[in-house]
Amino acid sequence: MQNNPAENTQVKNAAEAQSGKHGRGARVAIDGLSKSYAGREVLKAVALDVKPGEFVAIVGRSGCGKSTLLRLIAKLETATHGEVAFAKDADGRQPGFEPETRIMFQDSRLLPWKRVLNNVALGLPKAALPSASQALRQVGLEERAGEWPAVLSGGQRQRVALARALVHDPELLLLDEPLGALDALTRIEMQQLIESLWQKRGFTAVLVTHDVQEAIALADRVVLIEDGNITLDQSIDLPRPRARGNPAFAQMEEYILSRVLQHPANAPDSALGDVSLQKTVNQVQWAI
Amino acid sequence: MSASIASSTVDTPRKIAAAKREGNGFGATQLLSWALPVGLIVVWQIAAQVGWLSSRILPEPWAVLRAAWNLALSGELWTHLGVSTGRAASGFAVGGGLGLLLGLLTGTFRQAEVLLDTTLQMVRNIPALALIPLVILWFGIDETSKLFLVSVGVFFPIYLDTFHGIRSVDKGLIEMAKSYGLSGWPLYRDVILPGALPSILVGVRFALGLVWVLLIVAETISAQAGIGYMTMNAREFLQTDVVLVGILLYALLGKLADVLARGLEKFWLRWHPGYQ
Repeated sequence: MQNNPAENTQVKNAAEAQSGKHGRGARVAIDGLSKSYAGREVLKAVALDVKPGEFVAIVGRSGCGKSTLLRLIAKLETATHGEVAFAKDADGRQPGFEPETRIMFQDSRLLPWKRVLNNVALGLPKAALPSASQALRQVGLEERAGEWPAVLSGGQRQRVALARALVHDPELLLLDEPLGALDALTRIEMQQLIESLWQKRGFTAVLVTHDVQEAIALADRVVLIEDGNITLDQSIDLPRPRARGNPAFAQMEEYILSRVLQHPANAPDSALGDVSLQKTVNQVQWAI
Repeated sequence: MSASIASSTVDTPRKIAAAKREGNGFGATQLLSWALPVGLIVVWQIAAQVGWLSSRILPEPWAVLRAAWNLALSGELWTHLGVSTGRAASGFAVGGGLGLLLGLLTGTFRQAEVLLDTTLQMVRNIPALALIPLVILWFGIDETSKLFLVSVGVFFPIYLDTFHGIRSVDKGLIEMAKSYGLSGWPLYRDVILPGALPSILVGVRFALGLVWVLLIVAETISAQAGIGYMTMNAREFLQTDVVLVGILLYALLGKLADVLARGLEKFWLRWHPGYQ
């Protein structure tokens, strides 16, 4: 991450990010989606439209319903009301269209009794092993192909899980706090890896995270869910790759964080003066 | 270049020392685990020789060894051993196979659990050996009754551990595999069975120990061949040394079965950090 990327690199990368939208992303149209568990409404008539190839991050406090929304998109749960519809392109819906969807969970969920390469090739015919090892190469773990998952570190396991998701060439990649259990350095590496693979492949990505910085670093749009409702839908127009030290980045982070914390948004100059607020923001930004 | 040489000369003795220490540690624990049985045998031999033990109560180890040698030479030992091992193996195969099948069935299908589990749990509480009078009435005293007793005894540990193993497979892994398009037999083969395997193998190990207990009882009641028959026969002729040969054979066979079960665990659970 450079702190001050040269103007032309920014333009080039922005163009690349744009070109991703011509890839094989699926459109996700969510309308009036509700979900109740034992009478308690976790999601309340949520509507969200994710364009093909878009990277949307969903943030919110623990228990706000963000993971439930992702599980509903993944069809791991059934909605109480409303529906999740998919389409191949931005215009219109296609009933019955099911995009190739893959999920990354917070824990890598590798099968401990299969070697790394066979974990990546899960659900593929035997003939697809070369493509599995190519996916492993893309996440930089080709030389660990013959190992048991038990000997890998947490970050390596998540990279294997990412390779496993990407080997299917998904049209929709759902990320359920996949980096939540990793250390700060590994997180940044993984974020860069996910970003570059997303730019290359052009799939639609929906990321659930509690880390606002991560959401801003990766997403085209940050959606805030509070108490089962979408209360903020903020597009992020920062050029990629996004430098965390960039003032615009910091300002966006400050804005969304204070929004999450239910503080009124501060003007940039007054926020700089209010050190106590910054302190609380920094203290809790990992916790929410 | 010189740095690499220096590091290698520093490394090698250290590595050798580490290897030596490891090797010694392994040898020492091996020796230690055999110290007690060997010590007991020595004390026993001395006690018999000095005359503290009458040979009718406990013959000296040397006499037991001689008896074993004579039995082996006459071929009697091998026939009895073969018959007993055959009974153990067939009983284990029938009882264990049924236990595995029914465990998989009740573990996988809720309806099968509702239908079968209550009954099986009731039957489980009847000690297999309590069935002996009934078994003799049903099957007489030939092979079928022994096979039945061993099978019933072996069935339950394997059934219970298979059921428990299937039920305790990580739900997250099943969810993941389903979202990756696995279902039916591939899901079963790649996720559910391997996930249940550690638990199933615990049942197998337990059952292998139980096989010999049941077989001893079954063979002592009535038999025309087998280690149990050999010992009961020897008792009638007051051949205490042969009785001891039979008892020690059971111990040896039990240990062998355990080694076998451990070998299976080592092979099938080689992915498991707990078995490496």
